[in-house]
Amino acid sequence: MSQSVAWFADVGIADRPTVGGKGGSLGELTQAGIAVPPGFVVTTHAFELFLAALEAREPIRPQVDALDGNDLGAVTKLSEVLRRRIEEEPMAAEVEQAITSAHAQLGAAQVAVRSSATTEDAEDASFAGLQDTFLWVLSAEDMVHRVRECWGSLYSVESMSYRKKHGLPEEGVAMAVVVQAMVDARCAGVMFTRSPITGDKSVITIEGAPGLGSAVVSGEVTPDKWVMGKITGEISDREISNKHAKQVPADGGGIRELPLEGEESTGPCLSDDELQALRDVGRKVERHYGKPQDIEWAIDKDGQILLLQSRPETVWAQKDAQAAPVKKPEANALNHVMTIFGGRR
Amino acid sequence: MGNEQKSFPLPSSVEVVPGTEGAQAAYPYYTQFTPEDDERFWFYNSMHFPEPMYHFDMITAEAAYCALGSFNTRVHVLPTTKGIDHRIINGRVYIGGVPVTDPAEIEARALEFQQRGFYYYENWERLYDQWKDKMKALIAEAQALPKPILPDLEPMETTHTGKGVAANHALLDIYRKQLEGYYRMWHHHFEFLLLGYGAYLTFFDFCKRAFPEISDQAISRMVAGMEAEIFKPDEEVKRLARRAVELGIDGHFTNDKGVEEVLGALDQLGEKGKVWLDELETSRNPWFNVNVGDGFYHYHRSWNDDLSMPFAALPGYIDKVKKGENIERPLDRLVEEREQLVADYRELLDTEEDKATYDQLIELAHRVFPYVEGHKFYCEHWYTNLFFNKIREYGALLAEHGFFEKEEDVFHLTHYELESAIVDLMLAWSSGSPPVGPKRWPAIVKERAAAIAKWAETTVPPALGHVPDVIDDPAIVMLWGITRENLDSWLFDGEGDPNELKGFAACSGLVEGTARVIKSVKEIDRLQEGDILVCQVTNPTWAPIFQKISAAVSDIGGSMSHMAIVAREYGLPAVVGTGKASERIPDGARIRVDGGKGTVTILDPAPVLEDA
Repeated sequence: MSQSVAWFADVGIADRPTVGGKGGSLGELTQAGIAVPPGFVVTTHAFELFLAALEAREPIRPQVDALDGNDLGAVTKLSEVLRRRIEEEPMAAEVEQAITSAHAQLGAAQVAVRSSATTEDAEDASFAGLQDTFLWVLSAEDMVHRVRECWGSLYSVESMSYRKKHGLPEEGVAMAVVVQAMVDARCAGVMFTRSPITGDKSVITIEGAPGLGSAVVSGEVTPDKWVMGKITGEISDREISNKHAKQVPADGGGIRELPLEGEESTGPCLSDDELQALRDVGRKVERHYGKPQDIEWAIDKDGQILLLQSRPETVWAQKDAQAAPVKKPEANALNHVMTIFGGRR
Repeated sequence: MGNEQKSFPLPSSVEVVPGTEGAQAAYPYYTQFTPEDDERFWFYNSMHFPEPMYHFDMITAEAAYCALGSFNTRVHVLPTTKGIDHRIINGRVYIGGVPVTDPAEIEARALEFQQRGFYYYENWERLYDQWKDKMKALIAEAQALPKPILPDLEPMETTHTGKGVAANHALLDIYRKQLEGYYRMWHHHFEFLLLGYGAYLTFFDFCKRAFPEISDQAISRMVAGMEAEIFKPDEEVKRLARRAVELGIDGHFTNDKGVEEVLGALDQLGEKGKVWLDELETSRNPWFNVNVGDGFYHYHRSWNDDLSMPFAALPGYIDKVKKGENIERPLDRLVEEREQLVADYRELLDTEEDKATYDQLIELAHRVFPYVEGHKFYCEHWYTNLFFNKIREYGALLAEHGFFEKEEDVFHLTHYELESAIVDLMLAWSSGSPPVGPKRWPAIVKERAAAIAKWAETTVPPALGHVPDVIDDPAIVMLWGITRENLDSWLFDGEGDPNELKGFAACSGLVEGTARVIKSVKEIDRLQEGDILVCQVTNPTWAPIFQKISAAVSDIGGSMSHMAIVAREYGLPAVVGTGKASERIPDGARIRVDGGKGTVTILDPAPVLEDA
């Protein structure tokens, strides 16, 4: 099989350098037996081949390296040039054939094409939103085009500025692209296996809204929110919001927004049983990775839970490093009761 | 409410309900508010005394505070708190803590506490075993007290044995012994209680800091004992249901038959009926010595006094047994689940130090908890029941001699007044002339009964006097769940969403249904299948009705209150400690209970029509 394509079942987190964070995570989840929409990764090998062809014609990386990150005008100008070049450059026949045949083998009528950067976990998180994702892609031809666009997003103004700001060298910057069957989600959202508010590891926070998860991730809809005991499953908080719209697939590909009313707008988008099922999945993923996770999930029209992404929680993990113990053990365990009886904390 | 600083009314500003002045004045002088009491903070102890106090029943407050304070102030020597003062107005018991604030005094008391309180912790199992022996001996003593009677003439035996004491002396003797036993029982009650709660709260406090969003109920579940006495009565009812099915006599238990009818039918049944009736006797002694209330009022009768509660539950349990459901508590599984819970939370702790502390605290909490859960059966139920029934015997005797219309009237007298009535009767029996009491007590009883009825209709402030800046009196926080936060919510009550009440999340789950506001146990039979129980406070002996309702809401109680514990056993959504649910929610209203979040929402205050 071509080096340009890797199926989820064959990759894991360790393959991040060639399949990117998202691709590695989806592979890892697949291997752990957690349901994700099936798919494959267009590896960095394909990107490197593509870039090499472009570089041969006219340099790319040296131009970016030479750029002054503070000169927004120059960055914008270069971005326009590079993205046009990338979109116009035909894909190597070998690569195009490999991904087209993988697409056929996947056999999904609609796919999502998602950028999968090779940067580290923490950066990946910060990178979120800087690179493109294309939903409800209908044909192989369109899919190929979107893969090129994902590659091009590596040279968006935001991406290049980010690399400049953080002093990331261009050499080694690469992009893998995930192509996976698209879930026509009844509802979707995110799940934090550690409280984003307090860092409490004993609760799971779930946010969700009707339709595709893009509405929640992009913040266009205020999702319903639940807090539940990770271990006990008790639901300690329910905030059911007014969801004014949902994103659904558009007939000609891509997505569109539909206004919501009635129960779908004001009622909870998840049942208690579904919340418990999500909790089970969240615990399983967390246990697999051995640390708290931020997860994107969807529930399809048949009620099946599918994960679209899982990455380690980073904000509280960094604070943990400096955290003091809650309370040190006492030589005489009874001294602990003085916190209650002695009036000292 | 105005904009000025919120505070509760001063005690001196609370007026005695017109027409009840005499009844108010009859409570002991040391329970009446004085002008100096305006300087202190008081709160209505609606947890223990949710209904107006009969004059006799005030002995429970008096005996309990005598004991609680002694152990806090002078036996264990708690560093930051002494005892509890109590007052009564309009039939309601207000209490105030006595915090220790001088740092030097706290320091000195802490040293004492570490020698005294710690001794109890270190020797907990041995002392608790000893405690059970003491309590059982005390119960046996009370059971052995003879019924007070006055024969026309002394039995010949008195003469032949040269007894030298006549029957009227026994009236005073038994009465005082019984009173003495009751005061002693309350001492035993508080011998371990605060220490037990304190160890539990230490663990609670740690969990809240390690897991800021952990629910109270999760912590409770980690600590809860599985074999606590308080589960036994309900378990016995289940056992009897299973036995009835096994014996093939379950057809005799139906909702439309009274207890007497069922017992009569079983008696006629021959061998199988006899076997079951014997089983019933086994269950009754001791496990049906539970009151259908917290045991603080004389009218909280026990299952043994009135079998209708367990018998009302039998048909439901029998149905379940016949459907093949296992209704008995799966003890091994419950224990396993608890251990798993403890292990799972431990695994979430980041540092080895925290894990070591956690181990120390959970070990201590598990060590003390059997007492915290178990004592009530012996004290508030078994002993209290014997006690009030003994007083009832005096009621019957005095009624027989014209002091009262009926035996229950005796509870309108204070314990001092009752002693005077007893002496009155003793004198009359000895002199051969009629007692004075019949001319005195009936009018008083009438006046006081009317006062109780008036007080029951009167709403009282949840607290009186100046609110302290902080409430860190461990006794008050532990026993009543009173914190500065919930005082503020009492004060600001009415300014938030008027249709939402907040309380402690006791058992997770979301339910909408019809609210049935049950103001006293006598109204329990108003509950229909699927209703949401709304009440001031419940007791685990209400457990059998938990199979019937869809959710439970109480005014009073924390996450370790018995309602919370039993609700979790039944997986019944519950919110406790809402403050005023039973007042704010109209009977028959449609409400939503979120037992995970601890909120109750009134959806439609108009009564839902009951079956026409």
